[in-house]
Amino acid sequence: MTRRLLLIRVIVVLTSVLGLNYVVWRWLVSVNWDAWWIAVPLILAETYSLIDSLLFGLGMWRLKERGTPPPPEPGLTVDVFIATYNEPIELVMTTARAAKAIAYPHETWILDDGNRPEMRAAAEAEGLGWITRSADWAGMPRHAKAGNLNNALLSTEGEFLLILDADMIPKPEMLDHTLGFFSDESMALVQTPQYFTNVPEDDPLGSQAPLFYGPIQQGKDGWNSAFFCGSNAVIRREALMQLGVSRYVGEIEIGVHRALRTARTVLRSAKRRLGSDQPEVRVALDNILHEIGRARRELARGVALFDVTYRFQARVGAIRRELVASDLHALQADLAIIAELEGISDDPDLALGTIDDGVLEQMAHRDWSPLGAVETVQALVNAIDVDRGGEAQAVMPMATISVTEDMATCMRIHALGWKTAYHDEVLALGLAPEDLQTMLTQRLRWAQGTVQVMFKENPLVQKGLSVAQRLMYFSTMWSYLSGFAALVYIAAPVIYLTLGILPVDALSTDFFIRLIPFLIVNQLLFFVVADGRKTWRGQQYSLALFPVWIKSFTTAFGNVFLGRSLDFAVTPKTKREPTGPAWHLIRPQLVAMGVLALAVVVGIVRMVAGQANIPGSLFNMVWVAFDLLIFSVIIKAARYQGFQPDVAVTSPSPPTQGAP
Amino acid sequence: MIEFGVDTRDDGIGVVTPEGRLNMVSARRLKEILSELVANGTTRIVVDLGETSFLDSSGLGALVGGLKSARQAGGDLRIARVSPAVMTVFELTNLDRVLRARESVEAAFDD
Repeated sequence: MTRRLLLIRVIVVLTSVLGLNYVVWRWLVSVNWDAWWIAVPLILAETYSLIDSLLFGLGMWRLKERGTPPPPEPGLTVDVFIATYNEPIELVMTTARAAKAIAYPHETWILDDGNRPEMRAAAEAEGLGWITRSADWAGMPRHAKAGNLNNALLSTEGEFLLILDADMIPKPEMLDHTLGFFSDESMALVQTPQYFTNVPEDDPLGSQAPLFYGPIQQGKDGWNSAFFCGSNAVIRREALMQLGVSRYVGEIEIGVHRALRTARTVLRSAKRRLGSDQPEVRVALDNILHEIGRARRELARGVALFDVTYRFQARVGAIRRELVASDLHALQADLAIIAELEGISDDPDLALGTIDDGVLEQMAHRDWSPLGAVETVQALVNAIDVDRGGEAQAVMPMATISVTEDMATCMRIHALGWKTAYHDEVLALGLAPEDLQTMLTQRLRWAQGTVQVMFKENPLVQKGLSVAQRLMYFSTMWSYLSGFAALVYIAAPVIYLTLGILPVDALSTDFFIRLIPFLIVNQLLFFVVADGRKTWRGQQYSLALFPVWIKSFTTAFGNVFLGRSLDFAVTPKTKREPTGPAWHLIRPQLVAMGVLALAVVVGIVRMVAGQANIPGSLFNMVWVAFDLLIFSVIIKAARYQGFQPDVAVTSPSPPTQGAP
Repeated sequence: MIEFGVDTRDDGIGVVTPEGRLNMVSARRLKEILSELVANGTTRIVVDLGETSFLDSSGLGALVGGLKSARQAGGDLRIARVSPAVMTVFELTNLDRVLRARESVEAAFDD
């Protein structure tokens, strides 16, 4: 163990012990239950922060600083993918030319989801590959960037894939410095930092993520859970394809079970409505019910699913042909609904095994005519059967459950038993958003994607992941809940200064002696792991963007559980025209700052008037000052007019190790 | 390099025999062969893996893609003569649980 890691571990232990000591004491002894309406939110927010800090500590415990990997063996085959949708041709070409110039032998492909003739012409003029969606995708769910990558996977054949966003310019050594890690046969992915060149020294928009692309990913790496961030990563094709096939199998299994169950309900309800004058129809329905029961029993016995569904389809088909003559008229009414069933997986949220049980239930309890019921059974099994009719490709390696496909995909790769690595060397230089609006859209998208994954595939319950891996994934999701804590951290001092209500029993020595050491050691931990990197911006934004985090949570909740749209937006890569400070974008923060400042004035008046406890008021004013300091970054961000290279001559050249 | 034997039997069943390594390089060729067979009306296909020395997940992907086209056209795709080494690749993805390997090419469509 290095001395640095030893020091980190000592501080992690100290932070955890002091943090637990404080929060347990708060819960047991010092909650002011008389003012429960603020006391309970505050203790919950504090508990939230403690868990955040413990999870952070868990990562730091195994901080893994990998050195340069051995040089790669010659002869590996690599495809470099540049994913684009609507970015300017010249911007894409700059990246593509740099990609072509990567030293290790490879093929370069522009994945043009916009299917633009001028993009194709530009690529072909310089001997670069150009790929757009194949004909299979016509009329199918497109799944955005994940779909773009899935499409390209099936039309290329390299053993390794380097994935680049359209504005990430790779260095020539990018492959030479990453492929070596793959000499380990079980290594699936190597992620490198995302570093941005159009960011001034003081980084007003918090674009660089030096703590994430550094200690946080290195900590995750120590627990084999460094994860994919969508760009600047090299992936082993076999891992992705294996994931694609095994997901396919899993979804087919779930889908067929549900289809059979729903089919049975449909038939039973049709049978109940059947008049006694249709004995031949009754017999047919009974026969199909019998087949459904047989199929279910066979599946339960472990008979291969494709065999079961093949025989089932053949037998139901035969029964149906016998029936066709009898009841054509009644069928007409049901046809529209059946068409809807067949299109069930056209909606990306309703695909196959992921389809909501409720939707199937609704379908099942409709009043079907007998023949309509039989048709429905067929449509159901077709929609959810092995042909995976509603998707362009049977095998979809890149996860499509979330707007940020990267984390979900990586979690599934880990669950299959593969390894990943984080290599802390800047090997591609990118462009960050230069205005507040774009930056807010981008952060919202990331947060929504992460929260979506938390709701849809919660890492805490994923089979195949170790306990530490589950916690490492969960820790990233947990950090996006900070918006709710921020609200409480704003409200508590305001309530004290204006109403004199204290959520804590007493601001006694007992309180400070527990809280202050914890806060100090916690900051010390940041200081030591950061090792000269700037972490203050990140700390500011984790609270200052509270409206974004809250919105991400509520919209993702609405999307996953209530079927609402996310209002998903692609992050624009082009610069917007500056139009003066964008105060309208940060109204909630401005209101919060106004309320905090006003509370201080009221607090002073109350103190002078002798109505307020002086040490308590002073403590809360310090707290407010800290809140205001945190929020001050958002003012800076709103006034930011975009990157001006002339002003930035003093900024250092890009580092080779992580972000500064 | 890999060779693909393609043969349509008298009973209308197509037999495709990949000879050699069925990997990410050759998977696309297999997928094309299977699509062509289905497009030309041969919807019942046996893929004979008896001469396949190596298979990876891209090869599995091509098989699944072929199965999809065959079933959409009302037919089916079966696999036969799978060696233990190749079988382990099926097992890694659980594909063995849903797609049963047949002992022989001749009897692949007997049930």
